[in-house]
Amino acid sequence: MDTKHIQLPLTEESIAGLRAGDNVLLSGTVYTGRDAAHKRIAKAIGDGAPLPFDLNGATVYYVGPAPAYKDQPVGAAGPTTSYRMDAYTPLLLAHGLKGMIGKGDRSDEVISAIKRNKAVYFAAVGGAAALLAKHIHSSRVICYEDLGTEAVHEFVLDEFPVIVAIDSNGEDIYKSGRSAFLESVGKDPR
Amino acid sequence: MRQVSTEAIRRAVIGCIERAEYFIDPEIAGAMRCAERSERSPIAKRVLSQLIENYEIAACEHIAICQDTGMCIVFAEIGQEVHITDGYFEDAVNDGVREAYKGLRKSIVSDPLFDRKNTQDNTPAVIHARIVPGDKLRLTVLCKGFGSENMSRIKMLTPSAGEQGVIDFAVETALLAGANPCPPIIMGICIGGDFEQAALYAKKMIAQSLRYEPEDERYRALQEEITLRINALGIGPAGFGGDTTLIKLNIAYLPTHIAGMPCAISVCCHASRHAECIL
Ligand code: SF4
Repeated sequence: MDTKHIQLPLTEESIAGLRAGDNVLLSGTVYTGRDAAHKRIAKAIGDGAPLPFDLNGATVYYVGPAPAYKDQPVGAAGPTTSYRMDAYTPLLLAHGLKGMIGKGDRSDEVISAIKRNKAVYFAAVGGAAALLAKHIHSSRVICYEDLGTEAVHEFVLDEFPVIVAIDSNGEDIYKSGRSAFLESVGKDPR
Repeated sequence: MRQVSTEAIRRAVIGCIERAEYFIDPEIAGAMRCAERSERSPIAKRVLSQLIENYEIAACEHIAICQDTGMCIVFAEIGQEVHITDGYFEDAVNDGVREAYKGLRKSIVSDPLFDRKNTQDNTPAVIHARIVPGDKLRLTVLCKGFGSENMSRIKMLTPSAGEQGVIDFAVETALLAGANPCPPIIMGICIGGDFEQAALYAKKMIAQSLRYEPEDERYRALQEEITLRINALGIGPAGFGGDTTLIKLNIAYLPTHIAGMPCAISVCCHASRHAECIL
């Protein structure tokens, strides 16, 4: 399996070239956000208030990092389960969000919003948080500091390993991966 | 009476948390290596090798195994010959948690529904204490992530559901959980007891050794059957498809009421962080 190197921010072309199941190394800037930050961002959009970062073309990483030890840039920082953000995702996509990094499957509404907005959902390996932290070059809190680990951080990634989970055509590895494996070993996927 | 000070308890809690968060249980590391060797899916092999490397980085570089450093669940077995001195037991446990989490992620909110305000020190811990014979105090600390906790379930099965009812509930639980609890998972099941006892023992079973076998051979067979069925689902590591969905299932069984057969399932990720200390 070859690996694709993608420089962030994502572009129309880079997104179009990605297929569910591709191994990708991401480099560049992402913003962190999980339950509480999503709630605030959605409210800010509704109120027409300023957003913590420019959503246009941005990639969000669903993570609440652990504190850094000594001079490390960040502590353990693996993905959190994405479905909890599903309620907010179509709104964020409609406002320009292009990429998401998390783990686990998404709702049908999110999958259609990904297709409609030509975006992409990457999965990082859940629980590989120390390994993933080694691919985060720098970290700083940019907004919602009172949320602690849930504050919005700006991370600069360096060859951060992910897999394309849902591509811009709506192909979904959480649907196809299991059945493809079962077929490959001669079992009938139920 | 044997005296155990709250300071000794506090230090024991800190020690358990630090061990659990940075050093994976060697049994789990071993099971993951075996799984990596036997996996037939290339993508699953890749995920497993990342997870094994992750354990090494965590231990060598002092980075927590997972960023969700969890909610602390403390099982205490307090010998009835033990006299705890210099303060309250639960305060000592929470003081230990507070100290240990200074360098870890704080994931606890004080009000669950309205405020959801972070307590900023990862307290309070969930404490389950039992009085047992003897003059020792045994602490088992779990640092439980909620990606997997959210996939746990309980069902008040009726006696007529039988063995099949348990099998179906367990397989359905694994299937519904999919990639969310970071497979490969460890599962604890308790059949019997009442509503809360079933849940409690199911949780206890995820901190059990991977070599645990129920005494009754019928439950051993059930354990094996459910394990095969779940691994045949093909969910695989990280849910990308593969052979390894379940690392280990441990089943407990308890006396119950003539009208019931509660069945609780506790789901834990491969990053099962737990440690034990006897005072
Ligand atoms: S389920 Fe476990 S491995 Fe996955 S993010 Fe939560 S604590 Fe970490």
